[in-house]
Amino acid sequence: MMTSTASRHDAADRPRLALSDISCAFGPVLAVERLSLDIEPGEFVSLLGPSGCGKTTTLRMIAGFITPTAGTIAMDGDVISSPGSSLPPERRQMSMIFQSYAIWPNMTVAENVAFGLQLRRLDRATIRRKVAEMLETVQLAKLAERYPAELSGGQQQRVALARAMVIQPRVLLLDEPLSNLDANLREEMRFEIRRLHDTFHFTTVYVTHDQGEAMVTSDRIAVMNLGRIEQIDAPYALYNRPRTRFVAGFIGRTNFIEAAVDGSQILFDHFALPRDSFEDGGRALGPNLLFSVRPQSIALHRAAAAPAERSRCVAGEIVERAYLGEAWDYVAVPAESALRLKVSAPPVDIFEVGEKVWLEFDSRQMAPIT
Amino acid sequence: MLLWLVLIGALIFLVVNPMLRLFVSSFEATDSGHLTLANYAIAYGTVRGWEALLTSLLYGIAVTLLAIVFAVPIAWAVSRTDMPAKGLVRAVILGAFITPSYLGAIGWILLAGPNAGWLNRIWMTLTGSADGFSNIYTFSGLVFVTALYGFPYIFVFTTDALDLVSTEMEEAANILGAGALRTIFRITLPLVTPAIIGGAIITFLDAVALFGTPAIIALPARINVMTLQLWQYFEFPVRAEAAAAYAIPLILITCTLFWLQRRILGRRSYVALTGKGGSRRLAQTGRFRWVLLAYALLICSLSVFLPFAALGQAAFSKAWGRGFSFDNLTFGNFHYLLFEQYNARQTIIHSFTYSAITACVAIVLALGIAYIVSRRLVPFGGALTFLCMAPFVVPGIVLAIGFYAAYAPPPLSLNGTAVILILAYTTRFLPIAYVNCMGGLRAINPEMEEAVRILGGSRLRAVTRVVVPLLKKSLAGSWILVFIPATRELSTAIFLVSAKTRVISVMLLDLSENGSFETLAALGFFLLGATILIVLVGYKLLGRDFLLRKT
Repeated sequence: MMTSTASRHDAADRPRLALSDISCAFGPVLAVERLSLDIEPGEFVSLLGPSGCGKTTTLRMIAGFITPTAGTIAMDGDVISSPGSSLPPERRQMSMIFQSYAIWPNMTVAENVAFGLQLRRLDRATIRRKVAEMLETVQLAKLAERYPAELSGGQQQRVALARAMVIQPRVLLLDEPLSNLDANLREEMRFEIRRLHDTFHFTTVYVTHDQGEAMVTSDRIAVMNLGRIEQIDAPYALYNRPRTRFVAGFIGRTNFIEAAVDGSQILFDHFALPRDSFEDGGRALGPNLLFSVRPQSIALHRAAAAPAERSRCVAGEIVERAYLGEAWDYVAVPAESALRLKVSAPPVDIFEVGEKVWLEFDSRQMAPIT
Repeated sequence: MLLWLVLIGALIFLVVNPMLRLFVSSFEATDSGHLTLANYAIAYGTVRGWEALLTSLLYGIAVTLLAIVFAVPIAWAVSRTDMPAKGLVRAVILGAFITPSYLGAIGWILLAGPNAGWLNRIWMTLTGSADGFSNIYTFSGLVFVTALYGFPYIFVFTTDALDLVSTEMEEAANILGAGALRTIFRITLPLVTPAIIGGAIITFLDAVALFGTPAIIALPARINVMTLQLWQYFEFPVRAEAAAAYAIPLILITCTLFWLQRRILGRRSYVALTGKGGSRRLAQTGRFRWVLLAYALLICSLSVFLPFAALGQAAFSKAWGRGFSFDNLTFGNFHYLLFEQYNARQTIIHSFTYSAITACVAIVLALGIAYIVSRRLVPFGGALTFLCMAPFVVPGIVLAIGFYAAYAPPPLSLNGTAVILILAYTTRFLPIAYVNCMGGLRAINPEMEEAVRILGGSRLRAVTRVVVPLLKKSLAGSWILVFIPATRELSTAIFLVSAKTRVISVMLLDLSENGSFETLAALGFFLLGATILIVLVGYKLLGRDFLLRKT
């Protein structure tokens, strides 16, 4: 049913998972709306968004716990979910790490990890070997005979990872797996998850609302809002080239600045930047613009810059500041402008409130928003 | 899928059909089966019927008020003060809770029966008067005895609520200048009033539906209440249809009051359960705490110590009236019950086997339905929950009439068989099993089962490998919670037993009618001993308080 030989044959040039136009409605509420997404074999994709954006619903549709109300999901070319017929989760050869870990408290660590292998009717020796190897990989070998209640949160997390990976799933699903850990452990586990992915290369879908997690772990991040994907890109592109206001605001902090094109100039509120300094010579820019400008892309100077760079500099004044340890957070106002710009500066760049400064813009780091 | 249909079919057989038959038969003529209102005319066309109804209501109200007086001060003392010996008081109230009230009533006959009762004899010896000062065979005696075994409901509800009220609320009143007493009456008691009313409504309904105590005390006193009136319809000539008609208002009363209770307790915001900040400081009551203890011990004595002492004396006596002396001491009553009398032994075996089967059936059924509902496998889960909980509002005696109407006639002709008893018991205690199974299932994160399924296991495997092992303890607890009340169930049994299926509760009633108090006391002690043993096993397995939870 799931894998006819024909489709296996040419699976190589097909995405591992293809979500085509899927929607999911709960009564009148549309949780996911016409979402499409292709995931390549071995790829690590995050679904990132605020709570209620539909990311967990999407993940549960991939897992088969929810049937889409429209659209299809295909794995290696075979449709596994469509309205009215859905392959039950137990036959999808996937595995999942749940928010609560869902470690069975009535089984030991080793029994938890072995469970999926037993269902696959492997012989005992193989099971024992695979479990031991996997526990070694997640650094739990010594705790194999413990019960979950005797483990810390981080260790339970590792059991969940081991249990999910030991069966070599065709797709590995993670539903906010780090949200129950404390901050330090969360940081550590991000890298751990990435390390395990680099070891095993499972096709992975990772749901999170924490952009840091998504940035560290993912090959690509799909930012979701109101049941749709706003943008899907590699972490670097997503941060530096956000395409929508929502993405720019959700990933990191930013300044939104309105602008208008006037011949060779881009006009802002009481200052202007040369159009040809923008990417592509500014040709792609429409008449009315909104830019996302990251606080750390604006530099602060006491003295006016050399004449060659003068065009990128704007006179202004510091009106607020806060010291965060790793950086200064300033609010600067360009001369006569109503804009209040957030500017981030290294700890050694100390300015007083009220001090006159030069703000240096880098047009290449100013992302036009649609 | 097939399994679910079987479970739902069982529900219809156990709950829907008997209730439907009860309702329909109340409109049917006895012989012809034509539609008629004659049954209502028989039931409510006489002064006697109305009198019994009014007496029942009055009885319920009086019992409830008295039970509040018993329960609330002790609840406050146990929950909020530094009263000593709290553990003992709690244990004794648990004792009162698991004592079948008809057994307590018999204990009180031995204590306060006119002239022969122990208390009256002591009174006469002390004062030299010719008459005793108390007579249990009166309306006030009936109320008193019933309240002694009904008050634990209110106690449980009230302590539960008091345990949740943060002392910070009281301290907020103190800091604004309210004294200790004013704080109790203006802050603490109003906060738990919904809980008290909730417990009071249960006590009221329990009293109105009670059969045993009225049969033992009200009948000789020539006081007629609804349950006794219903019983009379089953004496020759049997008028089951009239009984059905007479029972309908009783169901309406219980439904209304249960609805009211849910509403009152449902308004959680009123109780201001903050959850956090629940730091609790016990009130320092100084010497007054001995007064509190004295009151608690008085109630404990009245409900447990005194009647048990009287029953104990009778159980080990040749004739209880001859008092404490060595030549009166005997184990003969126990020997007679357990070894000499074949019928008695059979009766004991019946009670325990029927109860055990009932507990097993009820739990399998409840677990299945609760699983279907909690995991939303069918769209009409709410209706299933309603059916599982519905027997809770049906007085046992009415339930029995429904089962009689539904399954005594052909084609099933189950009248007088063990099957009809077990079925009726199962229905009666299904709500207890359901609430417990549901509670257990709610505590299991569905992700536990999803983890099985995503790794390749079916739903059935998820249930057998994960759900049932995780619920083991909770299922054992539910089993005990069904088994214990089933061993003493009287009001359902009285209509459905035959000579071949007699159970302990019915035998106790028969013995009381014959006045064989020595054998009766011995049998009662045996029942209690078995119960206490099971409760102790439950404690060991499930921890303290598993019985004194409000469900």
